[in-house]
Amino acid sequence: MTDASAPENEVMLTSDGRSLKSSLNRALRREKIRALLLIAPLLLFIILTFVAPIVDMLFRSVENEIVGNTLPDTVEVLAEWDPETGELPSERAFEALYADLFLAAEAKQHTRLGSRLNYEQSGISSVFRSSGRSLDDVGELTQDVLEDLDPAWEEASFWYGIMQGTGDPANGLLKSRRDRLAALTTEDMSGDIGFLPGSDISVVLPRTAAAYSDFAIFTAIADEDVVSEEEPWEGVYAAIGLDLQDPALREGILAYDGPGAAQLNAALEAELPVINYREAMIEIDDGWADLSNWEVIKTYSPRYTDGYFLNAIDMRNGADGAEWRPENEQLYLTLFLRTMLMSLAITFSCILLGYPIAWLMANLPARSANLLMILVLLPFWTSLLVRTSAWKVLLQQQGVINDLLVGIGLLDDANRLVMINNATGTIIAMTHILLPFMVLPLYSVLKTIPPSYLRAAKSLGATDWTAFWRVYFPQSVPGIGAGSILVFITAIGYYITPEIVGGTKGVFISNRIAFHISSSLNWGLAAALGAILLTLVLALYWVYDRLVGIDNVKLGG
Amino acid sequence: MSETSESAFVEFERVQKSYDGETLVVKDLNLSLPKGEFLTMLGPSGSGKTTCLMMLAGFETATNGDIRLDGKPINNIPPHKRGIGMVFQNYALFPHMSVAENLSFPLEVRKMGKSDREAKIKRALDMVQMGAFGGRRPSQLSGGQQQRVALARALVFEPELVLMDEPLGALDKQLRETLQFEITRLAHSLGITVVYVTHDQTEALTMSDRVAVFEAGRIQQLAPPAELYEKPMNSFVAQFIGENNTLEGVVTAIEAGECTVKLDSGDIISALPVNVSAVGDRTKVSIRPERVEFNPERMRDGTHTLDAEVLEFVYMGDIFRTRLRVAGIDNFIIKTRNAPDQVRLKPGEQIKIGWLPEDCRALDA
Ligand SMILES: Nc1ncnc2c1ncn2[C@@H]1O[C@H](COP(=O)(O)OP(=O)(O)OP(=O)(O)O)[C@@H](O)[C@H]1O
Ligand SMILES: [Mg+2]
Repeated sequence: MTDASAPENEVMLTSDGRSLKSSLNRALRREKIRALLLIAPLLLFIILTFVAPIVDMLFRSVENEIVGNTLPDTVEVLAEWDPETGELPSERAFEALYADLFLAAEAKQHTRLGSRLNYEQSGISSVFRSSGRSLDDVGELTQDVLEDLDPAWEEASFWYGIMQGTGDPANGLLKSRRDRLAALTTEDMSGDIGFLPGSDISVVLPRTAAAYSDFAIFTAIADEDVVSEEEPWEGVYAAIGLDLQDPALREGILAYDGPGAAQLNAALEAELPVINYREAMIEIDDGWADLSNWEVIKTYSPRYTDGYFLNAIDMRNGADGAEWRPENEQLYLTLFLRTMLMSLAITFSCILLGYPIAWLMANLPARSANLLMILVLLPFWTSLLVRTSAWKVLLQQQGVINDLLVGIGLLDDANRLVMINNATGTIIAMTHILLPFMVLPLYSVLKTIPPSYLRAAKSLGATDWTAFWRVYFPQSVPGIGAGSILVFITAIGYYITPEIVGGTKGVFISNRIAFHISSSLNWGLAAALGAILLTLVLALYWVYDRLVGIDNVKLGG
Repeated sequence: MSETSESAFVEFERVQKSYDGETLVVKDLNLSLPKGEFLTMLGPSGSGKTTCLMMLAGFETATNGDIRLDGKPINNIPPHKRGIGMVFQNYALFPHMSVAENLSFPLEVRKMGKSDREAKIKRALDMVQMGAFGGRRPSQLSGGQQQRVALARALVFEPELVLMDEPLGALDKQLRETLQFEITRLAHSLGITVVYVTHDQTEALTMSDRVAVFEAGRIQQLAPPAELYEKPMNSFVAQFIGENNTLEGVVTAIEAGECTVKLDSGDIISALPVNVSAVGDRTKVSIRPERVEFNPERMRDGTHTLDAEVLEFVYMGDIFRTRLRVAGIDNFIIKTRNAPDQVRLKPGEQIKIGWLPEDCRALDA
């Protein structure tokens, strides 16, 4: 509607000036709005079910927030670490790792991160899993000493008193800890928790205040317990151990006179165990002594990563940027190539089989043409699974076709043909399934080519073949184009048939995508593979447009 | 009409055609035309004209009978070896080729060299005044231009026989007339034999050397245009070609060159016996409107006259068309030339009309 009105507008403008144009526009606007309203439901539907998932998929393929969300402090400290030096990260990095991991373990998120990083570095997931189990022991070292010193440290209310303080609440601290937990657990962490960290104490004992706030938020919201009645978890003891041994905080602690000041001062003077977090972590799991594990954490710490895409083309982020994966881990490029080649083969065999059918349908009298049309459409009335499984019956080594060939003596019983669970099987079954998508557009184009062209060509002296090849065929190219696009694009993303009859040599990239979506749960990689597939299709479409011209694609007269 | 003369170039002999095995679409067709003749097949829709053409071109096979081209039977020669040029009603220009490529096609399949081809294409396009359009696609041409190209394409490989199936059917009147003239001019200057199909009688009369009038799969009359118009051999031809007045009656007397007919109204007239054989035969008498005389001074003595009442007078510019009630029918037409001394009849006037007996043909009923 808008298209049709455009040239009119121009004419109006040149002949009668602006006023006519604007009044015409006003007259057309109502129609445009009505037209828009009519397509609005479809548009909405398409945006919600088609555009949005694609955008989400594209986002997932580069999204990498899990590392930063799970180990925020570690990532921050690691920013200054240079793996080139060949040394493990600093003690501070290990301290941060302990705190981050402790929280992650409480939220049961450390294994998720482990699985995520395992895509990049196999074996790292067990490091995370086993670390999660033993983190408590480290905190207990300080806890035991403190509790021996003064039993008050065992009391939930005592802790609550110190941390709540009496002065102004440190709202900023609480908010930032809430955000951090929300990012970690991907759950909503807002709501009253019956606790506000005191602003005094959060200056005097910053690590402890943060750790206790985490504990409080988690206790109140995730566990739905009362904060003042729960003894803090070991991570808080580990934090206070670090605070009390931090020379920079000593002055402040001595000057502190809020709740629990006496116990704090006593603890300051007492001999608290000095914990070397590097050694402690390495003792928990010697994976932490492995430089490459730290390297992976550092490499994948940004919020966005090209790692999935590199993986999808058999590469990875190495020490000097992107590098090829070792031969035995390469997989996807071969799969992409195979998917393309087999889709081409399928498209081609669809043309070969479909053209004569479409030609017959276009040239037979209506009654027989309708019968043929029903035969072509018949596969649509049967379940895809049934059709594919039928091919299994036909093609397998003890199947109908092999039996027949052996039966009539064309084939020796010992060398029955292998036609299923390989590329041949996939091509045969998919050609059958996609044939209607070739025949229908082809038929609708062939039907519009008047027979008089062929007659004219013959009357001009062309043989049947020349007349077909030089006159009829070129005019059917738009139909072939439309059919090929339909078949090729459908084939390239096909999943069920290759899964059933493809074996290992006949599976497509989409089977791999499905595997990552439903089995390995590596959605990022699946999304990257999908994005590459999408790009490939668009690129091919563009090439096709260049070569054939998309205007030349006809789905009907 | 089944003469098999020595000079016949195209010959149909007792040709029959049935598509469905039940009805004959072409019944016993006999036709022969010499080289260089322009023959038109004229007839109502469905009378089998296209079928005859297609049999000649080789796209349909005759169910029975022989078709000969230059003396040789062509039943078993495939269409592309017959060397017959064809022009189709819908032009059938190949849409994916330019005009020049369309013309080049018949030359290429004949394996002609490039320079020869170009010369011939240029000559053919110039012949139809389309020399400047070689690079265009058919879709970029008007209907008349497309038809010119189709004509050039049918002629470019210099066939001796060209078939045209209603080539001008889709064009407006003025363009038709121009192209009619061009086609006849070309046909005569090139000396080609043309079989032309149309259902427009003016086209048939103006273009052809001979016209074959078809009806229901049979040739009703095959004659040069003037003879066809002036001496129709049966009442179908008389009515199909041009305007015609028909009076029905019974032959009461018959002798050499003249017969007397008693019309159903009781009036007696004399006529030329064409298609009547005996006294008592029913007949349709046919008189052309322009051969009717109502000025008593110009009537021959002894002419039978009829009383007539003027019903309507229509001024048509070059002629006057007057409708009369004669012998009980009220659509009797006379046409008079618009000359300075011409009488203009008025409705209601009573007059007497007459004609020369040889202009009044007693045909089959
Ligand atoms: N392919 C066909 N199959 C069956 N019957 C046909 C076929 N072609 C023509 N007929 C029949 O043969 C008869 C003659 O057809 P034909 O096309 O020769 O008529 P025509 O004289 O060319 O008419 P028109 O002036 O309308 O073109 C018609 O009754 C038509 O229905
Ligand atoms: Mg016809």
